[in-house]
Amino acid sequence: MQFGVFTVGDVTPDPTTGRAPTEAERIKAMIAIALKAEEVGLDVFAMGEHHNPPFVPSSPTTALGYIAARTSTLQLSTAVTLITTNDPVKIAEDYAMLQHVSDGRVDLTMGRGNTGPVYPWFGKDIRDGIPLAVENYQLLRRLWREDVVDWSGQFRTPLQGFTSTPRPLDGVPPFVWHGSIRSPQIAEQAAFYGDGFFHNHIFWPKEHTQRMVEYYRRRYAHYGHGDPDQAIVGLGGQVFIRKNSQDAVREFRPYFDNAPVYGHGPSLEDFSSQTPLTVGSPEQVIERTLGFRDYVGDYQRQLFLIDHAGLPLKTVLEQLDLLGEEVVPVLRREFAALKPAHVPEAPTHASLVAAAAGVPAVTGAQA
Amino acid sequence: MTTRTLAVLSAGLSVPSSTRLLADRLTTATVAALQARGEDATVEVVELRAHAHDLADALVTGFPNAALRTAIDTVVGADGLIAVTPVFSASYSGLFKTFFDVLEVGALTGKPALLGATAGSPRHSLVLEHAVRPLFSYLRALSVPTAVFAASDDWAGGGVDQSLSERIDRAAGELAGLVAGQPVTSRPADPFADPTTSFEDLLRGQ
Repeated sequence: MQFGVFTVGDVTPDPTTGRAPTEAERIKAMIAIALKAEEVGLDVFAMGEHHNPPFVPSSPTTALGYIAARTSTLQLSTAVTLITTNDPVKIAEDYAMLQHVSDGRVDLTMGRGNTGPVYPWFGKDIRDGIPLAVENYQLLRRLWREDVVDWSGQFRTPLQGFTSTPRPLDGVPPFVWHGSIRSPQIAEQAAFYGDGFFHNHIFWPKEHTQRMVEYYRRRYAHYGHGDPDQAIVGLGGQVFIRKNSQDAVREFRPYFDNAPVYGHGPSLEDFSSQTPLTVGSPEQVIERTLGFRDYVGDYQRQLFLIDHAGLPLKTVLEQLDLLGEEVVPVLRREFAALKPAHVPEAPTHASLVAAAAGVPAVTGAQA
Repeated sequence: MTTRTLAVLSAGLSVPSSTRLLADRLTTATVAALQARGEDATVEVVELRAHAHDLADALVTGFPNAALRTAIDTVVGADGLIAVTPVFSASYSGLFKTFFDVLEVGALTGKPALLGATAGSPRHSLVLEHAVRPLFSYLRALSVPTAVFAASDDWAGGGVDQSLSERIDRAAGELAGLVAGQPVTSRPADPFADPTTSFEDLLRGQ
């Protein structure tokens, strides 16, 4: 099972000081967080993509390319790549390039984006969200799998004899997850292709995650990719950890109360019971996280959100120390002990290359 | 004998409130009108005052908490709805409107509904027609022709004004007629059922 962190890259004032980082500070902080993630033994770093303030990551492959050069084992991912407003041709090119510079340490999570004003900036309409995701992703797959593509569709200019370069590393495209909080059509899309399904698992009650994952697993089997429990599931999650539970609650409360998205609403205590948010000791985070398996089954990837709402870099790096030293080693051991042998690990470049060559993958991963 | 469910939504704030008083009168009359048609009724009351915090939280977080979820399910799953708001600043109250703001699109489509409002002055009586009824039209609910407004004048003198009683009975009869004429309400279609359009068709449809 893979463990990691994902960031949305928000520039938010620290509510305890009133000071917001500069864009430069925030970007460097995200990179420091990625490097630290590898240092403390985490597997994955995923970066969001946004095209409006207060967010900085408009160009994820630039940042991920830099991180690739400074790391050696870290899997680089996205949370999410906008499959609606990006040109699928540019996604194919950018992420194939990142695959080469990172020696295959890249996968993507596709999402639609829910910020209405962004769509027209890129010549699109949010009401076409699902059709855009369907058409663009189908084209992206072809661009990675066919050397010469003739294509025409509804949302971009036709392609005649087009070759997307560079070709995917070793002829194997990056693994793709599809993220959606509540649209069954996106879980259907993931199931249809046998791709992974990622649920944000932060902002809404767990019942939404459960229904989406159940649906995805059932449809994954329907399309003949394997049994429902062999589908590839990733979850988000949000934690704030201190050795002492009361310290965690006291320190995180002002960040929670003023957080973008859910701040100025329910109390920290209510939101913690209504959603997967866990603020407490390493033991509490371990127990809650292990409980995710009770409603989604054995899953392949767990990413934590730890750096939003104005939390200072120093605090975030301390969170990574706690995750790396006290939380993730226990989760790794416990999840591994529970997982049946026929449930695959998340695909990696190595496992996909092996599968393409017809060699049974050592990790048991499926193409 | 068919048993119908009536959801009663009251946005009154004081205890006792004239809004709840009107809601109760409309409910009693509707139950009687259903019985006259040979149908039983189960009544479930949702007092929005108890969900004031839940509603504000739902605006911020985008999802209803468990208590509000129960209230929403009660209203959405009922065979008929009686909705009564106090008039605040020449319209429905913000609390009343917020409940409808957090419903899923289409949640009340085709729902038989009786609209009521209370105010301190009879000069607000058209709020039902220029504010509440258009809201229910937007929601595609089936609002009965008679909406019932009650001002302080209607409750004056300790008894209930005869013309108010007549309006209540007429509106209740209209709601009972709509509810009794409908099949028992079924839940909205499950979005997580297997799709009727295959993904191959979605791709071909481009």
